[in-house]
Amino acid sequence: MMWYFLMSDAFTFGAFLISYGTIRFSQNFWPDPNVVFNAFPGAGHTNLPLAFVSVMTFILIMSSVTMVLAVHEGHRSNRLGVMKWMLWTILGGIAFLLCQAWEWHHLITGEHAVLADGNKIEMIGQTMGGNPWGQLVDHSVATEALKNSSSEVLAKMVNDHHHDLAVADLVKKPKEELIGMINLAETHIRTKGPIAFGGYFFGITGFHGFHVFSGVIINVVMLIMATKGVFDRKGHYLMIEKAGLYWHFVDLVWVFVFLCFYLV
Amino acid sequence: MSMEHQTISEVTFHHHVPGEDNVKRIWRTFWLLLVITVIELGMGFSIYFIHKNPDFSHGLVLGIKGAIVILSLAKAFYIVSIFMHLGDEIRNMVMTIAVPLMLFIWFIAAFLWDGNSYKNLRNKYDKHFEERTTEQKGGGGH
Repeated sequence: MMWYFLMSDAFTFGAFLISYGTIRFSQNFWPDPNVVFNAFPGAGHTNLPLAFVSVMTFILIMSSVTMVLAVHEGHRSNRLGVMKWMLWTILGGIAFLLCQAWEWHHLITGEHAVLADGNKIEMIGQTMGGNPWGQLVDHSVATEALKNSSSEVLAKMVNDHHHDLAVADLVKKPKEELIGMINLAETHIRTKGPIAFGGYFFGITGFHGFHVFSGVIINVVMLIMATKGVFDRKGHYLMIEKAGLYWHFVDLVWVFVFLCFYLV
Repeated sequence: MSMEHQTISEVTFHHHVPGEDNVKRIWRTFWLLLVITVIELGMGFSIYFIHKNPDFSHGLVLGIKGAIVILSLAKAFYIVSIFMHLGDEIRNMVMTIAVPLMLFIWFIAAFLWDGNSYKNLRNKYDKHFEERTTEQKGGGGH
C-alpha cells in the first residue's frame, strides 16, 4: 500500500509544481534563481549563488544513503546496524529542516530596495505579498527615485553597505546627506517581481518540508521500535523498509523541487 | 526472509541475503547522484554568467535548462529503481505504479502550453502588461 500512497502523493506534488509552471509560463519575466538564492549563513552579503541549496541537497542525498544502509542492515537482522544508520538518517533530516528554517527566515526578513509606483524606493523582503527580484532599474530612474524616498528607506539602504552605522542614527541625518552616502553602482535597485513567486515557493517547499518533518517523526518511531527489539521479536525489519520508501520519496520530490525553483 | 514475507510483504520480490555487493551498489548510486547534482549545479550557475551578457542567446539558456531537466529525470530514475528498489519488483507491480504516472506527460504539456498561450494573448491585447513586464533593452538584464 505504501507504493500507492506515494503515487497519490506524487500526483499532489505534481499538481502543485505544474500549477507553478503554468503561472511561470504565463509571465514575461521570472526571477533568476541565482539572484534570489545567493546567501549563505555567516557569509553576510557575499554573493554565493546556489551554494547553500547545494549543501541542503547534499544533506538530503546523504540521508537517503544512510536510510538504504539501515534497510540493508535490517535484511541481515542486525539490530545495532539498523539503529546506527537510522540515527544518521534522523540527524540528516533534522539538519535539512534547520537549513530550510534559516533559508526562509533569510528570505522573509532580508529587505531589498525596489522601485515602487515608478518613482520612489521601498525596502521589501521575499514574502507572500511581495517579490523584490524584478528587473534592474536604470541609473537615471534610480537617481530620481532616491529623491522621493523616505528617510527610513534611505537609512536602511545606507546601513546595507555600512553596517557600523545604526539605522536609528542615520534616520536623523538630512536626506541629501543619506543620498550622498548611497553608491548606486553597488546597490541593486529592482522593480517588483511576480507576486506569485512567494506563494508557490513557500507553499511547495513548505509542503516538502512538512513531508521531511513527518519522515523524521516516522524514523524516530522506527528507531525506538528497533531499539526495543520489536522487529527482532517479529523476525523481520519490514517496517524499516516501508519507512525507507517514504524517506526516499521525500528525497525524490526534492529532486523536482530543486529543479523547478533553484536550477531552471 | 521466507513465507512470512510473502503474505504481509510490501515488497513483491524475494530478498537474497544481501552482502557486500548490495552495499557497493548503494554507494555507487550515491556517487552517481552526487556527480549528476554537481553537474546540474554547474549548469544552473552558468546561466547566471550567460545572463550577464545583455544580448545572450535565449536558445542556449533553453538548451541548458533542458539538459538539467533530463539529468534530473535520470536522478529520479536511480532513486526509484535502486534506493526504492522498484527495479527489483515484479513487472506487474511496477506497471501499476508507472502507467498512471504517464499521465504526467500530458499534464505537463497541456498546462505549460496553456500558461504560454495566456501570456501571448495578454501581450497581444494588454499592451500595458507587455511594456511593464518585458525585459528592457540595455536595462542590464539581471
